[in-house]
This record gives sequence, C-alpha cells and structure tokens, in this order.
Amino acid sequence: MKLTQEEQDMLDGKQGRATQKSMEILTTLGEIFDAECMIKIYSVQIAGVSYANLGEAGLEFLSEMAEDGKVKVLTTLNPAGMDRENWQALGIDEEFAINQNRAIEAFTKMGIITTCSCTPYLIGNLPHFGQHIAWAESSAVCYSNSIIGARTNREGGPSALAAALTGKVPKYGYHLDENRHGQVLIKINAQVNGTDEFGVLGKFIGDKLVELEKKIPYITGIPSATVEELKSFCASVATYGGTALFHMKGITPEYDKYPKPSDIVFEINQDNLDKTRAELIDNDIIIDFVSIGCPHASIHEIANIAKLLEGKKVKKEFWITTARPTKRIADEAGYSKIIEDAGAKFAADTCCVVAPIKGRFKGIMVDSAKACYYGRAKNKFKVKIGTIEACIEEATK
Amino acid sequence: MKLEGRKIYKGTAEAEAIVTKDGISFFGGVDPDTGKVVEVGHELEGQSITGKILVFPSGKGSTVGSYTMYRMKKNNTAPVAIVNKQIDTIIAVGCIISEIPCVDKIDIGNIKTGQTIIVNGSEGTVEIK
Repeated sequence: MKLTQEEQDMLDGKQGRATQKSMEILTTLGEIFDAECMIKIYSVQIAGVSYANLGEAGLEFLSEMAEDGKVKVLTTLNPAGMDRENWQALGIDEEFAINQNRAIEAFTKMGIITTCSCTPYLIGNLPHFGQHIAWAESSAVCYSNSIIGARTNREGGPSALAAALTGKVPKYGYHLDENRHGQVLIKINAQVNGTDEFGVLGKFIGDKLVELEKKIPYITGIPSATVEELKSFCASVATYGGTALFHMKGITPEYDKYPKPSDIVFEINQDNLDKTRAELIDNDIIIDFVSIGCPHASIHEIANIAKLLEGKKVKKEFWITTARPTKRIADEAGYSKIIEDAGAKFAADTCCVVAPIKGRFKGIMVDSAKACYYGRAKNKFKVKIGTIEACIEEATK
Repeated sequence: MKLEGRKIYKGTAEAEAIVTKDGISFFGGVDPDTGKVVEVGHELEGQSITGKILVFPSGKGSTVGSYTMYRMKKNNTAPVAIVNKQIDTIIAVGCIISEIPCVDKIDIGNIKTGQTIIVNGSEGTVEIK
C-alpha cells in the first residue's frame, strides 16, 4: 500500500506511540483488503464504550492509547453501560459505575466528545453526502451510508479509534463506488408504517440477505418514510442482515446512481410481514419492562410519548433511552416533566443493548426489532414488538 | 516443510501447534483467565491454547474479541502465534494490539496438533519441524 510521507511518519512513531499503533492497525487492514492507499476521513463514531463489553482488558488498551493519543477529527461515542447522571435510580451497581467512568475518562483524555449515543447524526456528528467517515455502531453505519450517502465501512471499536487518532482509513469496501451497487431487487407490495413495522421489514430483508449471501438491497415500493422509521429500519436490517448500505427508490440519495440490480428479485407482501412480526413476539411472555429508544429516541418521538403519557401513570418499569442532548431539549420543552410525572424514566447515554441488565426483567416490550434480538440473545428476556402506542398502553394498563 | 502465506503481524515464535477446523470467537468463546476454549460444542472445548501456536480457519463473533486477545496477552494466557486460513478483522486487530505474530493464507490441513512449528510473521511463513 502506498503511504504519504505523513502516514509513513505516523507508522514510524514520529507522532507518538498511540498514533503508531493506530497506523499499524490501519495499514494491516489495508493490506488484508487490498487497499491502494489511505484516505482522509472527517468524522468518527466509536463503539465498544460499555464497560460490560470492554472489560478490564479493553479499558487497559484504551488507557494505554490515551497516554499520548489525541483525535484528529470530530469523534463521538456509542452508548455507555449506564446513564451518567441517573445510574443509581436505574439500578446500576456502584462498582460498575466506577469502571464505566474510568473508560469514559480515557475517551475524554483523547479529545473524544463523550456524547454516548448510537444516533450521532441527530446530535451534531452529521457528515454530508459523499464524505468519507469511519463509523462503528452498525445502525449508524447503515444510516450514514444509506440515508445520508456518506461512506464508511463497518468499523469495530479499535479500528474506529485508530481512524480517529490518525484521521485516515484504508481505501477499500464502501469507500469505493464499485462496492456500493445494489445486489438484490426487493419489491414491497404492502403498506409499511411506524417504527415497529419498519423494524419488522428490516428483519425480513436482513434474514433474506443472509440466506442469499448478499449485502446490499435495492428496495422499491416505499413511497415515504420518516427519519424515525428509517433509523429503526437501519438498526434492524444491520442486526439481522449485517447490512451496511441499502438503496430505497425515491428515499435514499444514491438510488439512481448505480445500475439497478435485475438478476435477483423478490417481493414482499403483507403476509411476509405478519409472519416476521409473529417471530418477534414470544407467546408465553410476561411483560415487566417496556422500553422505547432503540436506536436512541429523537425529540419528535419523545414529544409523541409525552402526548400519549400525559395524565397517565405507568405500572411497569418504563425506560426511554436517548442521547443526553436530546434529553436536554425534552427538559426545556416540558416533555420530560410530563413523562417523569407519569412514572416513566429516562435512561440517557445508555440503552437496553449495552446496559448490564441481564436477568433483571422477565419480558420486555419494545417498538424495535433490534432490541428484540439483543433482549433475547444478550439479556435472556422474552420479547414482544408493538407500536409506540401499544407499548404505552402495555406500560399503563 | 515450509508453507508460504501472508504476513499479518510481525515477530517469530516456535511452539507446539494446536489445530482446529472450527472458527474461534475470543469474546465469549475463550476464557481469558485460564486460556481455555469454553465455547460449548467447539472442537477444542476444555483445551488450553496458552503458549501454543493456535491454528484455525478464521475468526468469528463480536469485535470485542480483539480486546479479549489483548487481555490474554497481559494475563500471560495468550497463544504465542496465530495461523489462519483466512484472516478476519477481529483476529487481525487483536494480533496487532496484543503484538502476537500472525500469518494467514496457509493451507492449515498440513499442520497437525502436537507438531512443533515455527511461525515467521515478518516473512509470512510457517515451518513444520
């Protein structure tokens, strides 16, 4: 791989140990994936923030990198294992909190903005069309590539950090036009509405892509969709299909840029969606936990939740997971008071996928297909998907 | 016999090979404190990989696996080198941050558990003694 003088200097250790280690990671990945050269990136999103996933080893690595590493581009963080202000009320133990804060301190030392959200694009880390970026967090990768038209591979925690400390990534994969073409044409012959239903659609398409061993769907038949529906779809299709990029006719910016796939076509009807929805509902579920905000709730979703909860009382544990800056807007708009008066709780900075809540609840109701996957696999909960309205009805009945 | 592959991470090691046809997930699949494979149903379940040269087709599972490898290195429970048929990003990044010599693009069917082998991560070769 060809390196510029600056990149070679980083590899030789002239910018310090952390930058050298980062460049070693990036050049090695570049050689593995036959990249010709490195490219400059403009934004990084780092995953591997929760102490539950990092452990002492990951923390030690981060601390070592923080000794002399400083980020060169705008860098934000994925959700942590707890709400940084309200962890006690959410039942997180103190030892976990101390360790979680040690990890966040290491990120802070490197100049990373400790936003702790899976929706960086909603809170100020927003690349523009065509920009090269290095994002981890599979739902945000899918959103940035598909909805924004920025360019990123699916980075892991260490490679995203390496990109942040050097401002570079090897040029391969989704950074190149030839790897962004749609591979499977999918025609939707059904009305798809709501975050839950877009999640169901994402699971159906994701499962189908795994079966076909394909990654990039080209989807037709969706006349319009909200940002919230699209973020739910991105999270689901990335979780079930490993998808980092899709094209959606009339919605995503690159849908007519590349040749439309014609060789593999399949259609989706209402029956397919009904069956997939049934797969996301455990029959013997006893619901003792309701959560909305996977990916993190937008201010628009919080406004809607406040409207639905006004004057009611929740009778089950109810979390709204969101980014801290979004929570602040909700505070100012008066939504937080309505929601908290109803007995629901905000869990900012964190989410049900990364918080250490395994075994704490029996059954969770959500509006997110991604949350169903991790609720089952990681936390051993029974799950049920439904609309936001149905989630609130369940919580208050 | 000398097998030619591709260098992934520099350094050399000579040790006993432990070979499996199954993929390895370091996160959840290997206990970083004991160095033993703990994945249920894995060909190497219950066996220690500490101090050996671990030979397997490819990595699998969560990207957190790279951090598990780093933890094993710090705990002195890590393998001394890794040989893959086809490297994946988790194992590659794990070897780099943990400084474990690594070679891929090797026909691992030529290597048997218990053989002493020499991995040269700087040249991308594996020698069977």
